[in-house]
Amino acid sequence: MMKNRWVIWLFLSNFATAMEKNSNILFSLFLTFMKIGAFTFGGGWAMISIIEREVVDKHGWLAKDEFLDQLAVAQSLPGILAVNISVAVGDRLRGTRGAISAALGTILPSFVIILCIAIFLTPDLIKNNPVLSSIFAGIRPAVVALIVAPVITTARAARISWRTIAIPVAVALLIWSKLPVISNPIIFIVLGGVGGYLHMRLSMKRLHSGARRMKGGDL
Amino acid sequence: MIYLKLIWAYLKIGLFGFGGGYAMLAFIERAIVGPGWISSQMFTDIVAISQMTPGPIGINSATYIGYVAPGVSDPAFAGPLWGLLGSLTCTLVVVVPSFILTLYASHFIQRHKESAVIKGIFAGLRPVVVGLIASAALLLMNPANFGSESADVLKSIAICLAAFILVYFVKWHPILVICLAGITGYIIF
Repeated sequence: MMKNRWVIWLFLSNFATAMEKNSNILFSLFLTFMKIGAFTFGGGWAMISIIEREVVDKHGWLAKDEFLDQLAVAQSLPGILAVNISVAVGDRLRGTRGAISAALGTILPSFVIILCIAIFLTPDLIKNNPVLSSIFAGIRPAVVALIVAPVITTARAARISWRTIAIPVAVALLIWSKLPVISNPIIFIVLGGVGGYLHMRLSMKRLHSGARRMKGGDL
Repeated sequence: MIYLKLIWAYLKIGLFGFGGGYAMLAFIERAIVGPGWISSQMFTDIVAISQMTPGPIGINSATYIGYVAPGVSDPAFAGPLWGLLGSLTCTLVVVVPSFILTLYASHFIQRHKESAVIKGIFAGLRPVVVGLIASAALLLMNPANFGSESADVLKSIAICLAAFILVYFVKWHPILVICLAGITGYIIF
């Protein structure tokens, strides 16, 4: 009887420490990503280096190459990059619950801050207040410039050449045209994926038949 | 029901929004500004505020749009509580598709990332993403953002050019450029 109680006690205490450890990590995932979400300005890309510092250097949750692998995957998935990477890190550490903790941490500061602004800065206020309306009249053209700049940087990163420049130009003009059906951005995402796949297969086939011809020539 | 429509719109944005926040703007413009849930001006203002506040632009804009859209589309849904509900809806829904994909598809992509199929698909997506961002810029170059009288249009173009030079060549931080543009706007408009 005594022994049984000991076993149960041992089991319970082990269970409790395991839970505590687990919830500690869940909580620290949440806190870490909340800190990153609250203090990093400039969107997803600015957040990545901070996330790397916290996750790899400070907490040692992931090795550096592991983090870079996760980052590559997070980048290739749709959606918000900073959320994707936090989900990936949380999942690696504590599965789905870890992923939820990390994602909530990333989202919460944005949500609260924007909510506070949105309550006061309504469309009507901006329109009817002369000071605000002239400030935003100055800001709007600058926002356009802030979107033109990444067009050029992404085009360079994607190695757009004179041969492939027709693709982004056609995509941009068709979406801009607002014509029915063919101005839907989803179509171009699907076409780009399918087109890229077919192009890869075609060039591989050509490579193979080229290699075969070379062999034939040798004989 | 505006909330169901917002859920549907943000599911599409979350599922097809490849290439980060700026590329996502093209989807948001079509799905949210298109039906008239917010004005083109408010959309630009929200993008500016999303850039000036911490956190990902995709989350910031979803929270803001979710707050504003219900009241604009139907006066019955005006007010902070309906706004809060909209914010919660849009912010959670935009995350759901990539949350599920990250949990269940990342292992697959990780394992096959060297495969020709995956490489080909992403190689094909890259130039499309460039086009998506460019289309967002084109869509915002409209009278709502640049004014309709010729004097205003000229001032706006000057601000746009100056902002581009400061951000792209002088490498100023976007937040600084937005602040400067706001001050300039206060003086000249």
